[in-house]
Amino acid sequence: MLGAIETSGDFAMFVARVAFSLKRGIRWDVIGPLLVEIGFRSIGVVLFTGCFIGMVLAVQAHMQLAAYGAATRLGQMVNLSVIRELGPVLAATMLAGRVGGSISAEIATMRMSEQVDALACLGVSPIRYLAVPRFLACLILVPVLTVFANFMGIIGGSLVATEIHGIEPYHYWQHASESVDLWDHMMGLIKAFFFGGSIGLISCYVGLNATGGARGVGIAATRAFVISFLTIMVCDFFLGLFFARITPTMSQLLSGGPS
Amino acid sequence: MSSGTIPQPDGPATMRLEGAGITLGSNQVLRGIDLQIPAGQTLVVIGESGCGKSVFLKLLIGLLKPTEGRVLFQDQDLKLLSENRLMRLRLKYGYLFQSGALFDSLSVEENVAFPMRQQGILAENTMRMRVGESLEAVGLPPSLWTRMPSDLSGGQRKRVGLARALVMQPAIMLYDEPTTGLDPIMTGVINDLILKVSRSRPVTSVVVTHELRTLATVADRVVMFRPLSRLEPWESQIAFEGTPDELRKCPLPVVKSFLGGHGVAEFAATPGGFNEPVPPAISRGIQP
Repeated sequence: MLGAIETSGDFAMFVARVAFSLKRGIRWDVIGPLLVEIGFRSIGVVLFTGCFIGMVLAVQAHMQLAAYGAATRLGQMVNLSVIRELGPVLAATMLAGRVGGSISAEIATMRMSEQVDALACLGVSPIRYLAVPRFLACLILVPVLTVFANFMGIIGGSLVATEIHGIEPYHYWQHASESVDLWDHMMGLIKAFFFGGSIGLISCYVGLNATGGARGVGIAATRAFVISFLTIMVCDFFLGLFFARITPTMSQLLSGGPS
Repeated sequence: MSSGTIPQPDGPATMRLEGAGITLGSNQVLRGIDLQIPAGQTLVVIGESGCGKSVFLKLLIGLLKPTEGRVLFQDQDLKLLSENRLMRLRLKYGYLFQSGALFDSLSVEENVAFPMRQQGILAENTMRMRVGESLEAVGLPPSLWTRMPSDLSGGQRKRVGLARALVMQPAIMLYDEPTTGLDPIMTGVINDLILKVSRSRPVTSVVVTHELRTLATVADRVVMFRPLSRLEPWESQIAFEGTPDELRKCPLPVVKSFLGGHGVAEFAATPGGFNEPVPPAISRGIQP
């Protein structure tokens, strides 16, 4: 219990130091290569995951809706689920495993081989040089990659609906476009933003505090993924509760009148 | 990036420890260390594994903060400095890590240029010149300058680490086991480099080592630590402090035991080292 409180306090201090370092300016020269590394190399896996989320959702939802004679509403269900919930959560989960684990292992290896200490000895803050750019890269890229995942989820769902279940494309897209508004997209992206920040901060913190040689590197990578995943789930729940309260007001505001 | 010069230190730095100690987790590593490191001198720290030699170096550079007492650099208490001031102060230090601690994603040249590049205070041409001078000073042939650290031998990595530590012309050089894991020839080369550094420009040096040959070659003063796990609460952790010659004559069993167990004959044969070998210690116990 005491250990958990101590770790929470230490993590809070780490977040404060990252925030303080952000005030001192952003090292775009370090972030640029990371954006390419994290973003470009993750596109494939995110597109693939997104496409199959939409397809699986369409298969499952069709069974339920067809029983009530509402199969043409499939587009509404698939697109809302992907954009609001599944796209951001699954894209973030994939990136927590692929990127979070990799960031944590890289920094943990640097720590074990004294490279993190060497940075500090050379007058360079490891927080500013290692953690801040990776945090920002995750913060920027998770929402961007969520857009890709959402797009492919919508395409995948529509393919299953129209090509396998034989739903008329006109009706599919009409219901889909009527039910999804700007606020739905914003909800998904705000969630992705929080998820990205969580992945970046947790992975860097775990990596910087790794101990125990080669085994410690493996443990750090696993721990970063598990903690990031749990944080994504908890964060998703509380953001979902919050959005449920403000959605009527926001939809009204963004649509310019009563919904 | 502006053209300019790296701020030069006023001269070699003085360091002082006043009752300094540190506890890591539940393990007390150093206790009540009172020590003065005079400017321009080379202090060699010896002692058994686990007696806190490397932790001592990390206290000197502020990587670890003492949980008791003070560590002072030119009368500035490192514990009271803000993170930013400590970062700036560390530019006056050079630190050679046991493993070299080279950044494995950067080439040899980039590793040496790294501290200057991060400070952004030199033009690219000047920086390249400084990198070349530094690598030449440690005797690394230009054919290796574009290689990655993974392509270098242990000795070459240490030389690059030394070049990187020296490129900012530090006021104080800290060496963590500079010759551990090297063959006798490379050990001699690194020892000569340490000596060359301290003779070529005014610098205070602290060398942590197990090698008596290194001690004999570079030391002005010697400090020997004992592991706290073997000490009673009233015993001092510093078993010996003095010149290499005083170390040779030291009658304490703990000192004799350490020297006897670490190839004193080799030390005795080293120019500048002992004149006569110290016989292996009879008693290996620690006298209260």
